[in-house]
Amino acid sequence: MSEQHIKLPEGSIEKTTTTLNLGPTHPATHGVMQNILELDGERIVSADQTIGYIHRAFEKLAERRPLAQITTLTDRLNYCSAPLNNMGWHMTCEKLLGVQTPKRVDYLRVIMMELARISDHLICNSIMGVDAGAYTGFLYVMQYRELIYEIYEEVCGARLTTNMGRIGGFERNFTDKAFQKLEKFLEEYPPALKEFENMFQRNRIFMDRTMGVGGIAAERALNYGFTGPNLRAAGVDYDVRVQNPYSSYQDFDFIIPVGSTGDCYDRWLVREQEMWQSLSILRQAYQKIQSFKGAEADVYHADTPAYYLPEKKDVYTKMEALIYHFKIIMGETEIPVGEVYHSIEAGNGELGFYLISDGGRSPYRLHFRRPCFIYYQAYEELVKDSMLSDAIMTMSSLNLIAGEMDA
Amino acid sequence: MALTNDTIQQRLQEKFGESVSAFRDSHGMLEFSAPRELNLKVLNFLYDDATLQFQFLTDLTGVHYPSNKGNELAVVYHLHSLKQNSRLRFKVFAPIENPEVYTATGLFSAANWMERETYDFFGILFVGHPKLKRILNVDEMDYFPLRKEFPLEDQTRIDKDDEMFGRGGTIK
Repeated sequence: MSEQHIKLPEGSIEKTTTTLNLGPTHPATHGVMQNILELDGERIVSADQTIGYIHRAFEKLAERRPLAQITTLTDRLNYCSAPLNNMGWHMTCEKLLGVQTPKRVDYLRVIMMELARISDHLICNSIMGVDAGAYTGFLYVMQYRELIYEIYEEVCGARLTTNMGRIGGFERNFTDKAFQKLEKFLEEYPPALKEFENMFQRNRIFMDRTMGVGGIAAERALNYGFTGPNLRAAGVDYDVRVQNPYSSYQDFDFIIPVGSTGDCYDRWLVREQEMWQSLSILRQAYQKIQSFKGAEADVYHADTPAYYLPEKKDVYTKMEALIYHFKIIMGETEIPVGEVYHSIEAGNGELGFYLISDGGRSPYRLHFRRPCFIYYQAYEELVKDSMLSDAIMTMSSLNLIAGEMDA
Repeated sequence: MALTNDTIQQRLQEKFGESVSAFRDSHGMLEFSAPRELNLKVLNFLYDDATLQFQFLTDLTGVHYPSNKGNELAVVYHLHSLKQNSRLRFKVFAPIENPEVYTATGLFSAANWMERETYDFFGILFVGHPKLKRILNVDEMDYFPLRKEFPLEDQTRIDKDDEMFGRGGTIK
């Protein structure tokens, strides 16, 4: 053997299994993550996940930022449903600061959060179709996500990384146009969702690809810290909106869909049903919003001058407003001492914020409880002894978002 | 009957006496700490006790308190009793020279990556962990970035020759 020969790693000739790198830039991983699969033929012997390719040190960055500037970091966690993260963060701050939000603000938040949930589930479910070979559904529902993004645009001016809302409420009241767009969405989306459902739910190929694939028992799922649709697919009716209601979710009437086997098909069904529930919550919230009359109908933020930016015209004419404006923009407002954990039901599970303040201008420590970081560790158990193609389905059905996983 | 923070505190004190301490109510959530040798005993008790049943590990993370001499590093567990719908926060402290804490992976599979993350950022060594290696940072890293002695870069620094980012340096 001459020097030019490629040297194989020790033991690679005798080895009977194949090592396959799935990712980090594989089209089916939908995000930058790597899986080193050990294959025996097409059967998976073991999987080793490597994550952290887009780690951006948000927790460290947050230690230097005033509260309002951390909202932009939360956008970039689960970027498929940024408003949910934004609202969760504002509510965490409000819990620490002791801010009570008016009912109308709560309902407006519910509208934004449920829209975000629909867009998150919509992506995940249609991507599952793509991974099973059905591209049409994905392209078809994208135009309805577009309707949701247009509502975001009308409310906050941005589409993907929204930075929506402020501590205490929203930066401005919803315009009539925003409500018109919501009405349009509520009218046009349900038939499309039904069509989308018809395409997959009893589709022989889709069922064969997903039923009995990547299943997990309820006890194992709980032990692995599963939350959100993935846990509910295994049959546990845990939903933060019901267990620890926030933003007046107790005023709404909705059910928590649960599955039984915890496999890919159940996860898909749970998300699908949750979209219908979200639509019902949206209608209820919109009805409640319409019942506010007179001055109440113009409330869109709580009265917390130390944290909520004053109106621009007041900044130019009033002393207090100018002072608050300056202090908020320069991040010179001191936060009360305390420790708070607040969690919301995000698109893919319980998104928690653990905030420690030592009385400074920025958090002493901020930790994000990212749902998909926690449940992705179960991946090896989910795909062991299954086929390579099942590994792809399992990955897309878990709704893994690399941005959230790596924080 | 709903489980109150007082009941949890009472049960813990009956079992562990003086060892569990620093009980306080933090925005409605019970918080307490215990010596680090006892962390598994406390977690097991909370898990098994018929009235408590804290069987869901919501979150596990670390905090660095440089001024807390001898107990610089904290491991914070957030536990959730789904049956009683109650949450609590449990802390153990470890000195920075010898930051060893028993792993909770035997009790919660979820603790695996959370402990790896905590090790990655704070250097807390979880004794008995099946695979304690870095998870989000590169393996070659030789420091623990979330410790307080690593401040974020000063925006006004000029010592760095970094022309690509418009900071100091000379254009050739």
